[in-house]
Amino acid sequence: MSGSAAVEVFDDGAVRGFTIAAVVWGVVGMLVGVIIAAQLAWPELLGGIPWLSYGRLRPLHTNAVIFAFGGCTLFASSYYVVQRTSQVTLFAPWLAKFTFWGWQAVIVAAAVSLPLGFTQGKEYAELEWPIDLLIAVVWVSYAIVFFGTIATRRVRHIYVANWFFGAFILTVALLHIVNSAALPVGAMKSYSVYAGVQDAMVQWWYGHNAVGFFLTAGFLGMMYYFIPKQAGRPVYSYRLSIVHFWALIFTYMWAGPHHLHYTALPDWAQSVGMVFSLVLLAPSWGGMINGVMTLSGAWHKLRDDPILRFLIVSLSFYGMSTFEGPMMSIKTVNALSHYTDWTVGHVHSGALGWVGLISMGTLYWLVPRMFGRTTMYSIPAISLHFWIATIGIVLYIAAMWIAGVMQGLMWRAVNPDGTLVFSFVESVKATWPFYVTRFVGGALYLTGMLVMAWNVWKTAMSGRPEVVRVPLPQTATA
Amino acid sequence: MESLWLLIPLSVGVALAIVGVFAWALFGGQFDELDAEGTRILDPVDADQPAPGSPPEQSSRMDTPAGTGR
Repeated sequence: MSGSAAVEVFDDGAVRGFTIAAVVWGVVGMLVGVIIAAQLAWPELLGGIPWLSYGRLRPLHTNAVIFAFGGCTLFASSYYVVQRTSQVTLFAPWLAKFTFWGWQAVIVAAAVSLPLGFTQGKEYAELEWPIDLLIAVVWVSYAIVFFGTIATRRVRHIYVANWFFGAFILTVALLHIVNSAALPVGAMKSYSVYAGVQDAMVQWWYGHNAVGFFLTAGFLGMMYYFIPKQAGRPVYSYRLSIVHFWALIFTYMWAGPHHLHYTALPDWAQSVGMVFSLVLLAPSWGGMINGVMTLSGAWHKLRDDPILRFLIVSLSFYGMSTFEGPMMSIKTVNALSHYTDWTVGHVHSGALGWVGLISMGTLYWLVPRMFGRTTMYSIPAISLHFWIATIGIVLYIAAMWIAGVMQGLMWRAVNPDGTLVFSFVESVKATWPFYVTRFVGGALYLTGMLVMAWNVWKTAMSGRPEVVRVPLPQTATA
Repeated sequence: MESLWLLIPLSVGVALAIVGVFAWALFGGQFDELDAEGTRILDPVDADQPAPGSPPEQSSRMDTPAGTGR
């Protein structure tokens, strides 16, 4: 079969680096999350040190879990999947190495600059302009590596996971460049080129598409590769996966205005955002059902395979949060839910449940293979991680749902004479037990991540990186 | 609402680009044999690791020879 003299091998160096980095940053990001959850319950916890105040640590938490933990998992899985499904090694391996070190530099720069108080004040886009420029360079390099690999593929058909990864890479580049457009007025100070409600609209066009493409499309790419691989069965309906992709990416682009209900944004723009958000339910659930039904006829695998449990349960949280999201985008529901902890609960059912669990399942697949093993060091530890994480998620989101609805009802309660029944601080006081419950849930989730870190360490120490040859396809270009 | 003058053309442009890429995929034969494509990732030739239940070793693996590290 193999006739060529030089043997082509998969370029797994960047995959291995990103896999390990994802676990490390996952622990760090979740630890900061637990700290700020504790700060909400016990505000004087860290003695009022300005660099460790809630307002500075909160963007550090979101950046660390989304862009460091989630981002490294996306880099690792996309580099792995695009090589295997294209049966070719990475295009420009040196550039892939640059994306690894460049992305780590972005993360470290964020971890230093955010506690120091440097921020553009845009949610999920806080980093100041020099770091934004580095992100843009790394991201364009990522696109070159990924699409270069697609362009040099040996398999004519582009597997559906690559479509999701590709859409995620292109869209995030566009979002980042448009939303981060700013006028620098100092080494670490800049002003957005947009102002007022225009700035808000650009920000939430960015923000919602970051959810749709960074936190959804990219992770759906993982779902369409790693669930079939772990289950040993093809995806339930490959046709549906194609429909899922095109419907999802077309619809997501228009949903951003639902973040600006009842603001200065024109009413019609709010309604357009709401309608597209409701339409999104269809492709989201189509994809969720497609992933779960991959196990149709093989449900017993869930009983013995904790990795599959991570992957499938992540989809049930995906289904839950993509139902909850459209409901919350309905203006009358939003009137109750907006600015309350319900939003925080919704975000975390997506973040902890969907993004977190599918990332962990993917990493549990990748880690042993990056160190020449077929399984993790400890399978029972994976199972333990799964249960601790799941209990943590349930505590977290249930607490935030109750707290959010309670806050919404308290804030809108009026006496017959039109005065408010409750002052704001009364709602804060009523929320306290739920903040404590949320802290416990988050601490459990972090504990699960620490179990994973131990398991990854033992796996890496007991294996060694192995070079994998690119198999020559038998039915390559048809 | 000047930002809508940026965002709407940008989103319409992206939507048109989506239609364009979809047309390329459709007429370029990407969707011609969908039934087979879903199972291809499970083919041994595509996998450097055995699928669950299959024999533990695959011929597509090799030891690390000195000098071909990366």
